[in-house]
Amino acid sequence: MTVLEEPTALKKTPLYDRHTALGAKIVDFSGWAMPVYYSGILAEHEWVRKSCGVFDVSHLGEIHVKGPGAFQFLQARLTNDLNKLKDNKILYSLICDEQGFTLDDILIYQSRRDDYSLIVNGGSIGRVLEGLEKYVPESVALTDRSDDTACVAIQGPRAEEVMRGVMGYELRDLNTYFFKEEKFNGQPVWISRSGYTGEDGFEIFSSNGLIVPIWDRLLAAGREKGILPAGLGARNTLRLEAGNVLYGNELDTATTPLEAGLDWAVSLDKPGGFVGRDCLLVQRERGPARRLVGFRVLDKPVAREHYPIFKSDRKIGTVTSGSFAPTVGGNIGMGYVEKKFSEPGTGIEIEIHGRRVPAEIVKLPFVPHKKRG
Amino acid sequence: MENGEWRVDASKLKYAQTHEWVSLKGNVATVGISDHAQKEISDVVFVELPAPGRVLKQKESAMVIESVKAAFDIYAPMSGKITRVNEKLKDKPELVNRSPYADGWLFEIECSNVKEWDSLLAGDAYEAVKSAH
Repeated sequence: MTVLEEPTALKKTPLYDRHTALGAKIVDFSGWAMPVYYSGILAEHEWVRKSCGVFDVSHLGEIHVKGPGAFQFLQARLTNDLNKLKDNKILYSLICDEQGFTLDDILIYQSRRDDYSLIVNGGSIGRVLEGLEKYVPESVALTDRSDDTACVAIQGPRAEEVMRGVMGYELRDLNTYFFKEEKFNGQPVWISRSGYTGEDGFEIFSSNGLIVPIWDRLLAAGREKGILPAGLGARNTLRLEAGNVLYGNELDTATTPLEAGLDWAVSLDKPGGFVGRDCLLVQRERGPARRLVGFRVLDKPVAREHYPIFKSDRKIGTVTSGSFAPTVGGNIGMGYVEKKFSEPGTGIEIEIHGRRVPAEIVKLPFVPHKKRG
Repeated sequence: MENGEWRVDASKLKYAQTHEWVSLKGNVATVGISDHAQKEISDVVFVELPAPGRVLKQKESAMVIESVKAAFDIYAPMSGKITRVNEKLKDKPELVNRSPYADGWLFEIECSNVKEWDSLLAGDAYEAVKSAH
């Protein structure tokens, strides 16, 4: 076998030394040295589904957008309708280029009208900034806070209990896709209720220095309080089961949100439109030629990204993500196929190690999202 | 490795640079992956074994081990013909993690060139390769 290369010259989060001290396997994740697992992906995945896992997601970028006209600017720049927001609410959106291709998928946090924080993917910060700067009016300030903001995600059915018992935050009244300011050691932190795993969960955003004692507090409480650290490996299998797209896999600068089935986050009819709207409108009217689907592999080999998808000896698409799925108990994945083959129940074949393996298109998500409480 | 029940005599094992171990009896080589390798691969979920009768050259890809993380090629440490594979791995791929030197062995090769044994690493040389990673 070929051992995965130890990354060099990668960016490190403020928790990097904590990960190596825990014996984490470190890999290159879009330019960041991140823990892929501590004990093992399977064990961490199962722990998050039944208890509570803590993830370092400090590689995420944070861009502040503030000033008179910030609402109008973002409304005309992003695909979703910012009128769905109110103070302390969070909205998922895409940011597209002029052709409707996807620059990133992001979360918009509204502190007040004309005062927003965009949470962007770690590998997309430069591309998003560029895409914003091109259109930003003088009255609106863009500030990249990525290098001095850190974040941990606390995910799983026991997350609310952990936030109360270990961190001292009563968050029963914090609804999903809302956030609030709290204090840790007298300093401000942001707590949001969202996540990527399909489970109930929270994020804590803080300064770089403050994230270390926050992490230490959670980890010191440990397994007895239901907490274990979880790496990006489990984060990936969990999000895949939850049917959540990953930028770089399901989305990129050659893919539109409509192909990805993210129509619910694309407001084609909002007044004034947005960058990329005209192209997306044409695509909506014609119907995208390919669609993102979920599939189950009906055999033991694992389908992985870039593997070709076939129907009766003709290539009809490509796998974008694939893995053994611990909660499903089988091999699953997502990929793009020609629209006429995208209906659930359609039999397909995936080429794995030179062999055609049967698979079936299924409805997403693979594991239903948990309702909180 | 979970227990001390060795199928092979550890002191007589040799290793490929690519982390396969080899035990040679006459011209028959038994092949597995090292404890270091199974830890790197972690959580094995599927093993695509080579077809018995298949003829392989040294360093040619023989089979694939799939973990949750990725697919890993396993190379033939010596040239020859596959004579036997570990059928138990079809239902219990996790044996590669639990027992890499015993129940988790992979395949046997009838070697066409036993001299290739000399090109493999002895235990101490393999230790040096491991610590270089």
